[in-house]
Amino acid sequence: MPDPRKQPKSKYTADRNIPGAFEGETVTRRRLMTMTVHGAGAAAASMFLLPALGFAVGSAVFERPPVRWQAVGAPEDFPNDNYLPRVITAVEGIGEAGKTTVYMRAFNPKIDGERISVEPFIAISSRCMHLGCPVRWTQAAARFICPCHGGVYDFTGAVSGGPPVRPLDHFYTRVRNGQVEVGPRYSVNSEFRRFPSYRDPGQSLDGISQYVYPGRFSTPKESK
Amino acid sequence: MRLKLPMPPAPKRFREEPARPGETIAVTPLDQVKEAGISAADWVDERTSLSGGLRWVMFRKIPKGTNWFYTLGSATMFAFLSQATTGVFLAMYYNPSPTGAYESARHITNDVFLGEFVRGMHKWGSTVMVILIFLHMGRTFFFGAYKYPRELNWVIGVVLVVLTFVMSLTGYLLPFDQRAYWATIVASNINGTGPIVGPFLSDFLRGGADFGATTLSRFYAIHMLLVPGAIAAMIGAHLYLVAKLGTTAPPWLRASADEKLTEERV
Repeated sequence: MPDPRKQPKSKYTADRNIPGAFEGETVTRRRLMTMTVHGAGAAAASMFLLPALGFAVGSAVFERPPVRWQAVGAPEDFPNDNYLPRVITAVEGIGEAGKTTVYMRAFNPKIDGERISVEPFIAISSRCMHLGCPVRWTQAAARFICPCHGGVYDFTGAVSGGPPVRPLDHFYTRVRNGQVEVGPRYSVNSEFRRFPSYRDPGQSLDGISQYVYPGRFSTPKESK
Repeated sequence: MRLKLPMPPAPKRFREEPARPGETIAVTPLDQVKEAGISAADWVDERTSLSGGLRWVMFRKIPKGTNWFYTLGSATMFAFLSQATTGVFLAMYYNPSPTGAYESARHITNDVFLGEFVRGMHKWGSTVMVILIFLHMGRTFFFGAYKYPRELNWVIGVVLVVLTFVMSLTGYLLPFDQRAYWATIVASNINGTGPIVGPFLSDFLRGGADFGATTLSRFYAIHMLLVPGAIAAMIGAHLYLVAKLGTTAPPWLRASADEKLTEERV
């Protein structure tokens, strides 16, 4: 039986043993000061950490470069049964490191009639889809061959051997002012379905993989 | 408190003789220099108590059987210090721009006085550091030195191994020759094969969807600012725990109780 003359102990008192704390006090002055100081420290730290982090990540992950079209030659230059190498600039302002080789040929209805019908010219990226080494078109074998880990692709760019996970990437092409122009890069899966935001090498695009490796914000996109 | 310098046992001929009664010994300049050094060290020690900490770190008790394998950790640390020193001075000549990097590396090797030597130390030293850190890890593993209470030090050590690999990876790009360029392409694409976050992570590393204008300077900043700072901090924590917990005896030594504690056999 509780003593009726004694004030009952409040169940809301948080720090009963701290000097100066009184009954029923949920947040003591000491606790308030502690939380204030910790909060001020956290605010001060996040004031420089968050902008710095955004600065490091933002433009790298979210900035979309503009679409550029580069002329690579006259339409009659390109045969439809063989590839010709052309050098384009993938990244401006970094000299030789920004250049890349594109393998060009005219559309051949007998070979790729069903697969790709919108492109007047086929432009295939030299970036191997295993890990990104430069493939070389070998006419005698009618294959693209990668020097690094032995990736082999057939005439259409589909994988015919080795470790690559999907066909070679393509570039959009068009004809303007009597010149064949090469535009942004796009990826294809093994059914030659088009993925406009090109993926990095090593990322399969078949089945569930197309969701495991989502498209990025940093690839050029044509404004419709 | 006066620090007392330890003296080697000198032949009698060279020993200072105590003053005869009623005689004073002349103070030589050498004595004065010695005195000045001691009082300077005293001045610092009186205000910091550093000597206690130094004694705690340097004069630890080590178990019986400690051998040359126990020096591999220090060897790794000295490899890191060598990398840090040569790296700081290489940074004075290196130009981390895609158009100037190869030329500046060539300039260091061919034109700068001792440039080939210092660059060589940094290049080969990186391999030495990786080899040493692996040997140190192997020593810790095979001697069972990762067990209680040293698990956290093993974890810190693994973080240090990973950071060393990050240094090797980011440093590989900096000469900016063909090998550096294509190795980095391959490395960032391997990185991109991580599910969901991989593509965005390699965007972050490269500074965009392709190897671009800022990739080299990003790798350079990671290589010379971010990771070395983290490695230095982690080495500090690693050494603190070594001093705090002590080292282990090699596993082939059987633990035996102190002679005073063993019961006398009849």
